[in-house]
Amino acid sequence: MEKKNNTPAPTQQVAQKRNQWKEVWRRLRQNKMAMVGLAILIILALAAIFADVIAPNGFDNQVIKDRFQTPNSTHWFGTDNLGRGVFDRVIHGARVSLSIGIISVSIAIVFGGLLGALAGFYGGRVDNVIMRSMDILLAIPSILLAISIVSALGGGLFNVMLAVGISSIPGYARIVRASVITLKGQEFIEAARAIGANDSRIIMKHIIPNSLAPIIVQGTLGVAGAILSAAGLSFIGLGLSPPNPEWGAMLSGGRDYIRDHMHMTLFPGLMIMATIFALNLLGDGLRDALDPKLKN
Amino acid sequence: MLRYIARRLLLLIPVILGVTLITFTMLYFTPGDPARLTLGEQAGAEQLEQFREIHGLNDGYVVRFVNYIKNAVFHQDLGLSYRNRQPVFAEVASRFPTTLKLAGLGVLVAISIGIPVGIISATKQYSLFDSVSMIFALIGVSMPNFWQGMLMILFFSVYLKWLPSSGFNTFQQMILPALTIGTSTAAVITRMTRSSMLEVIRQDYIRTARAKGQKESKIITRHALGNAMIPIVTVIGLQFGYLLGGAVLTESIFGIPGVGRLMVDAIKQKDYPVVQGGVLFIAVTFSVVNLFIDILYAYLDPRIRSQYK
Repeated sequence: MEKKNNTPAPTQQVAQKRNQWKEVWRRLRQNKMAMVGLAILIILALAAIFADVIAPNGFDNQVIKDRFQTPNSTHWFGTDNLGRGVFDRVIHGARVSLSIGIISVSIAIVFGGLLGALAGFYGGRVDNVIMRSMDILLAIPSILLAISIVSALGGGLFNVMLAVGISSIPGYARIVRASVITLKGQEFIEAARAIGANDSRIIMKHIIPNSLAPIIVQGTLGVAGAILSAAGLSFIGLGLSPPNPEWGAMLSGGRDYIRDHMHMTLFPGLMIMATIFALNLLGDGLRDALDPKLKN
Repeated sequence: MLRYIARRLLLLIPVILGVTLITFTMLYFTPGDPARLTLGEQAGAEQLEQFREIHGLNDGYVVRFVNYIKNAVFHQDLGLSYRNRQPVFAEVASRFPTTLKLAGLGVLVAISIGIPVGIISATKQYSLFDSVSMIFALIGVSMPNFWQGMLMILFFSVYLKWLPSSGFNTFQQMILPALTIGTSTAAVITRMTRSSMLEVIRQDYIRTARAKGQKESKIITRHALGNAMIPIVTVIGLQFGYLLGGAVLTESIFGIPGVGRLMVDAIKQKDYPVVQGGVLFIAVTFSVVNLFIDILYAYLDPRIRSQYK
């Protein structure tokens, strides 16, 4: 009897674990705004992946005789000063801007998370050294830090990702540290230690999965911030340069023609806005869905 | 309280040293010879040598860093610009008030929109006003401010001819830049005020205040807002730093001669001492503002104040 009761326990646990994410998804699905955000993001992601199919002309197809066309049936968003379709460029730009957002946030999460976890887990001197260095980085407004890094490394896609990523490391370090400190004192960590789990196992198997919620929320909003920062860098001429269709670079290029050809600046800006808007909706929704305390 | 302030001021020193070390190191290891980059390909060996002598580029990393700190602390000297050989400190300091004014006006715009709208949204949760203002707040957060600035110039300066599109001397010239830089912060403050107020309004002491017959307006302004203020003040402090950084973009759109514009020009010309000076000025200001905010907490919240007696 006793044995019979014990055997299904592991499967039950797995089922419960799956249910936890199912539950989050169920709560998220009820949030209409979050679903709107998710839908916009899926469309943008598909546009980025299939950019070559949707906009087969590519982002640098110069047809000088067609320049400065206002939006029409062949060029949905008009053409720019070199006769390139703004629609083509904006779609290819989705690829650039989204990858900047995702990769730089990944850089920030990996390094920030690692530093935060070490600081929170070991405490004491390790904590002090790491967090004081983070304080120093936090004293420089992040766009300014990104600007300094880009000015040292030079522009270009990879350097922009790196600069934006590094400048948001301290935020993630703080979040992870805080949740690690809360988790550290809990009984299940003590239990894991009691059965002989070593530090790395405790961090990988128990601490990281349990501190994911705030990172997911912050990461979603962070992609928005990263896209904005990268666009800002390109706008002042320090990020990606022509003919790259990064949205900020397109705004920078359209700036001189804004008086007579505002469609050149309108559409890239709208794309940035739609992306950030969607990420914010989804991020807010995730926050509510992942934090059941708010839902009572 | 005084001891607390003194200790916090002392803690600023390592932060500022750290910021200096980071920017110094980053720009030190930037590839390229500043003398060659500044003077061009035609410059003779003697000229290059003279340039290196003036800017102290012949010393090693440690010596240069120690000298930089020493000069900064004792002589308010942040080196000379590579381009025009003017003292960096004077150059940055002369433009700094403009940037500070821009960021300050941005915060002012943001507070005067964000706090009232946030309060009304919270007291009338789920009303039409609440929904509309939350959608506007989301749009405000989502718009890149340099794009918004460009569109505002187009409408208010080019089409309607109401306001000038550049400069930063007269009141009219300040309206568009202040709105541009303040919009996203206004949105952030609105959202924070709303959620913080919503949290406080559900507390028992608000019900107590209602039960004893306190006027609703007084409940909101005194009992609720007073207690909801701490997260709002925190956000305002953090946003101030964001605005100092964002000033770089706003200054470049409106042609405002502030530190941000100076730095962007300096980066393009590889004039590193100026870049470094600009970053340092802004980082120090940001740190001081955050310190001020922390002291403000203690002032606002008797619970925190009592800890530092």
